[in-house]
Formats: sequence, structure tokens, C-alpha cells
Amino acid sequence: MAITREGMTVSQVQQEPDADKKAFHEQLLGFVGVQTGPARLAPDEVNIPMIRHLVESVGDKNPIYLDDAAAKASRHGEIVAPPTMLQAWVMGGITPPPHPESYEQMNRLLFSKGFTSVVATNCEQVYDRYVKPGDRLSMTTTIDSISEEKTTGLGTGHFVTTRQDYWDADGNRVGSMLFRIIRFRPAAKSKPPRPLPATTHDNSWWFDALKEGKLLIQRCKGCGELRNPPHPMCASCRSMEWDSIEAKGTGSIHSYVVTHYPVVPSFEYPLPILLVDLDEGVRMVMNPIDAAPDDLQIGCKVTIEVNKCDPELSLPFARLAK
Amino acid sequence: MTTSLSHSEVRVGDELPGLDIPLTRTLIVATAIATRDYQEVHHDPGLAVERGSKDIIMNILTTNSFVGRYVTDWAGPDALIKSVKVRLGAPNYPGDTMQMTGKVTALDGKVATVAIRGANSLGDHVNATVEVELS
Repeated sequence: MAITREGMTVSQVQQEPDADKKAFHEQLLGFVGVQTGPARLAPDEVNIPMIRHLVESVGDKNPIYLDDAAAKASRHGEIVAPPTMLQAWVMGGITPPPHPESYEQMNRLLFSKGFTSVVATNCEQVYDRYVKPGDRLSMTTTIDSISEEKTTGLGTGHFVTTRQDYWDADGNRVGSMLFRIIRFRPAAKSKPPRPLPATTHDNSWWFDALKEGKLLIQRCKGCGELRNPPHPMCASCRSMEWDSIEAKGTGSIHSYVVTHYPVVPSFEYPLPILLVDLDEGVRMVMNPIDAAPDDLQIGCKVTIEVNKCDPELSLPFARLAK
Repeated sequence: MTTSLSHSEVRVGDELPGLDIPLTRTLIVATAIATRDYQEVHHDPGLAVERGSKDIIMNILTTNSFVGRYVTDWAGPDALIKSVKVRLGAPNYPGDTMQMTGKVTALDGKVATVAIRGANSLGDHVNATVEVELS
């Protein structure tokens, strides 16, 4: 029986060599400075109703946004929109237009390395002037920077910063925004390893043999009887002398249970646990491999594989005979 | 008209009066729609959960608006906001409260730099730096 890796439960995160990461970053840098598509024109001029909805909902009592007299007396001399509303004027609404092709190309490149999740991290707005009702804004977007690969609490990925510039109808900039997101590969949630068996002087040899890929059966040197699990004295002749034979690795299901609860995070549930009669005549507890609970039947023939669960532990698993 | 703060009244180290924002579901939905942000995670609890969020969350445009409001609540209507830089952290979920605090960290002529923190029960929702020209 060969040790296969099919029983491994700990997911392996693919590690890329630094040179590959550097080359990938170079590829991403090709998008820096690219303006993604044409300017997006605001659907409406800056207007009082939208200002009212916003300042009412955030409870902003600053009178320069809605009160004519107060606005006239202010440095602006007229009603202005809250500067932090800059982005709202060109928002795409309930059915936003698709991202421009160059932006999608960059995303596809990031997705190809598994950087599929996104979280916004920073937003930096600078205002050249306050906009006022009647201003019709447009926005242009440029990829400003793309970081090299970074690992954060969220996972590993690249920070992508875009710059949105906002323009009035005369082509003068009214404000600018740097918007930073991280496109990341979520941190792998690896299962904890299986709990280790309690080994003693009387059974550690059996587990050690499994690590070598061998499934052994204890044999009494007095009367030749096979026994499992390993223990020091023969129940038939009381001899304490013993050796072992290697199992052929065939048997049949004597009985089984399917555990649903309690859930131990090392295992997949529902979790079938089998009692297998080895053809040599001893009985062993093991999990099936590649079998759904509905596939199991008492009497079903199995072949037994020794699989490595983690570096510390190898165990026998039963594969249903075809 | 409400009076505005003059730069001569402000010192580095001055603290802004605290402001507690109760994060009602209505607030989170109303502000998202008022900023024309119709992403489901800001108004549809079922879809928000499906996308891996605990509940709906406040959108970034609204966070910016609260930072702007917080500064002019303190500095008055004649204050001119020059820039707002926010770093985002723990989401604002319904049922929580965002506690806003702020401190003047620099003063250059009439322009004050204010560091603002909006914290909820999960931690800092936002850390912002605002440059504001006082009267």
C-alpha cells in the first residue's frame, strides 16, 4: 500500500516564487496612468432636491446648503452643495454603466491570480471649489497606482488606487478623488489537523508503521491469533509475546454510523465512521474515502489505503469496491 | 446666522465636541439612496448576508458626508473644507452607534488640520484627516 495524498485535509496555499510575483506586478503596472474610458457626464446638474435628500438624511444643519439668505451672507454668496457630495453627482444610479474595457482588463488579470475579493480602504478627496446648483459635472477615471503584492489581515493582494477627476462644463477641475481598494485572495481557511490518537508503549508501533504506509495486524507468538486494536496480552492464550503481519488491505463493512453532531472542525460532515472486517479476521475503525453516506452498506467490500492526514499522522481509510 | 469659528480662536490640540450617530436601518438606507448608491449591501439585508456581510452597511459616500458635517458642525458655515481623506475600517451596521471625536492637529494660517475618528462597537469605522479653512 502506497501512501497517497488523497486523504489530506489541510489545504495547501500555492506559493509563487518572488520572480513570478515581480513579473506579475510589472504586468499590472502596464495599467497605471491609463484613463479608463471617456468622461462620465453627470445625469443631472447639481440641484437642490438631491442636496436636500442628502443633508436631511445625514442631519447636516449647515445653512449654506439650503437656506438662501444664509448662503448669500456666506463666503460663497449663493447656495452650494456639500463638498463631500462630489461623488454623488456622477453616480451611475440603479443600473450603473459597465466598467470601461481597460478597467475590466486589469480586473481579469487580477482575477487570473485569484485576487477576486475587494474591499475599499481609502478615499481622499480634494476640492478645488464648492459646486453649486446649475453646475453640470463630468468625471474621468485614471488608474493611479497598483501596489506590489501585500499580505493584510484580509488576505494577499494588490492595492489598486484610481483617481477620479471632476470637471465643470467649462473644463475646469472642481475636485479630485483618490480611491484605494485592495483586490485580494481571501486568506485560506485551512482545517485544523485531525486530533492525534493517544499513543502508548503498547500501540505506538502500529501508528509508526502507518506513517511508513504499512497497515499491520498484531499476531500472538504463542497461539498465532491475530488481534486488533494492539494490546499487550493475547486474550486466548495469555502470551505476552507477539509480532505482526502486514494486512492485505481488503475487507468488508461490518457496521457503520454517520455522525452529524457534534462538529469537530477537523472533519467534513456528515462524517461516516466504519467498522471494517479485514479479510484476515480482525476488525478496525476507519473513515471511508470518496464515499457519500448513502453509498455505504453493511457487507460492502472495501479496499484499504493508508493515507497521510498531516505530517504527524497517517491512518487507514476504506474505499468502497466497485 | 450661525457664527463661524475664527482661526484666531483655535489652537492645536483643541478637541471637537463629540457626536454620537445612532446607526438606524433607516439612516443607512436613506443615506445610500441619497448618494445614488444602489448596491444591495447598503439596503437589502438578505443579499448583504448572501454576499458575506453580517447585515447591510453604511456606504462610503455617507461616511464622507458625516465627516464633512462633523467638521462644519464645529467650525460653522463659513468654514471651507479643502480636503477630506478617510481610511476605512469596521463597517457601520444597523443597531450600532458611531461615536465621532476629533482634534486639531495642525494650524497653518487659517487652515486647520483636524483628525477625526468615528468608532463603533467593532472598532474604528473611519479615521479621517480634514483640511479646513477657517474664517
